[in-house]
Amino acid sequence: MDSGGGRMSTTLAFLGDFGDAFDYIFNSRESQAGGARVGGTELLPLLWTHLKVTALAMAIAIAISLPIGLALGHTGRGAFAAISISNTGRAVPSVALIAFFVAFFPSTPEFWNVTVALALLAIPPILTNAYVGVRQVSRDAVDAARGMGMSGTQIVRSVEFPLALPLIFGGIRTSTVNVIATATIAPLVGVLTLGDPIISGSVHGRAGQIGASIVVAALAIAAEVILAAVQRAVTPTGIKLERGGAVGSPSRLGTLKRRIQTAP
Amino acid sequence: MKPTRLLIALLVLVCAAVFVTACGGDDDDESSAPQAESTAASSGKIQRNDANSKVQLTIGSKNFTEQKVLGEIYAQGLEAAGYKVNKDLNLGDEKTALAAVKSDEISAYPEYTGTALLSFFGKKADQLPKDPQAAYEEAKAGFAEDGLVAFPPTPFTSSNEVAVLQQTADELGLKTISDLKGKSQDLTLYGSPECRQRLDCLLGLQQVYGLKFKKFVPVDIAQRHEVLTSGRADVSIVFTTDPQIQREKEVLLEDDQGMFPPYNSTLVMKQETADEAGADLQKTVEMLQEQLTDENMQELNARVDLDKKDPAVVAEEYLTETGLIGG
Repeated sequence: MDSGGGRMSTTLAFLGDFGDAFDYIFNSRESQAGGARVGGTELLPLLWTHLKVTALAMAIAIAISLPIGLALGHTGRGAFAAISISNTGRAVPSVALIAFFVAFFPSTPEFWNVTVALALLAIPPILTNAYVGVRQVSRDAVDAARGMGMSGTQIVRSVEFPLALPLIFGGIRTSTVNVIATATIAPLVGVLTLGDPIISGSVHGRAGQIGASIVVAALAIAAEVILAAVQRAVTPTGIKLERGGAVGSPSRLGTLKRRIQTAP
Repeated sequence: MKPTRLLIALLVLVCAAVFVTACGGDDDDESSAPQAESTAASSGKIQRNDANSKVQLTIGSKNFTEQKVLGEIYAQGLEAAGYKVNKDLNLGDEKTALAAVKSDEISAYPEYTGTALLSFFGKKADQLPKDPQAAYEEAKAGFAEDGLVAFPPTPFTSSNEVAVLQQTADELGLKTISDLKGKSQDLTLYGSPECRQRLDCLLGLQQVYGLKFKKFVPVDIAQRHEVLTSGRADVSIVFTTDPQIQREKEVLLEDDQGMFPPYNSTLVMKQETADEAGADLQKTVEMLQEQLTDENMQELNARVDLDKKDPAVVAEEYLTETGLIGG
């Protein structure tokens, strides 16, 4: 294994630190002071925990914020309070949030403390986007549905929710990337995600720090690309036509702002 | 980021302290003080020698609690012996402190033998002597090459330790680290991230004692006691002189196979400064250190870190309680 590592690093030597970092990603090696193995296949358990934390945090965040966002959008009431509260939450640094949970629920397993803290960070974008998504649904469509005798629940389920889906997925996309990036601080409280090589530089070395950063960045980009594809897939044909086919374009944030301004 | 966590941790500590004092009443005060008091009067009083007043000494220290307390103890003790003493007690890490001695910025500072051997004299962790006296002699020889003198070391050491709660120790019948054999596979061990590759940590537990734990969890070093008290960790790696050990009913398991290298503290000074200061200097230093046992150092650190007293006040308390100064 070591000789393989040596070969790799000579081939990639021209890349300097980055070459060494790639070597770290693909080949396991002795830790800085020896005695433990790091990098290569040793990264797999870290990757698994990282994905597990991210997936669970997102599941919790969606389960909480989606119903609230839809309800607020549908009724148009209490939105200011709910969105302000969740946005204030966004101003709290993530490390502080995790530290808070560990300090106040010391006997809960760290894994759950971290997951819940990350879920809280993931809520604001999803909530805001779900709300805005529903509010931007054409009033004509909602009135037509009501005229056809649909109940409130039916309107949410068959009219507002499908039409809001692209924006909702935009929120989920933003949150997922946030959570993937933020999950790197979990090792501070003993949950070994891909942040471990970044935080424990004395064990993994500089190559580990850069290598793990590359993996996390790749993970975030992959999530972004996949969710963008999903977002495109769930966009109703009607909206695609209306926007001239440019769905999921970078103007998403711009549209969002405009919609907020015109919403009331 | 870190200050916030620290702040929360401090808040929790303060709340806990208030709670404990509110409930504990009288016996609490008695249990915290006597450690130092019970040893009183065994070392005698420091004699003032006015001839020393022409010698000017600047006592330095590194930038953490134990070092500041030690610095204060040396400074106040030497002052009592008649020396003119200045203090410079926040010098950063060992490299900074040593450079300050060499450049005459300070006259002396306390250094740990293990740290000196690893950090100054290029020793590898697996070559560190296990015997405190041998470690001191080696460090002393190393310092001597640089024209520095290392005074005899303190009784206390400041190394890693394997800690469990009293309750766990009672339930499993643990006294030594070897007692963990056959039980460790059901226990969760917490330590610093570096622990994984340190011979005086997880690596040593595996190699020297042949222990396998159910799980090793690396956490930020600041949480080493909290993980025990919260029940997340069964076993945690702590430091010998951590103030929480006595206050939170932790038990340090005896290192029966000698896995932890000695980290006793020794006062480091230029040979010429020591010569100039005369015989009273070493005599005073030895008197000051006589009662600096593991337990007393834990108590002194506790008064600073947990009771929020000033290191200078705590040092003075130590000197008075051991009868080195005052009535």
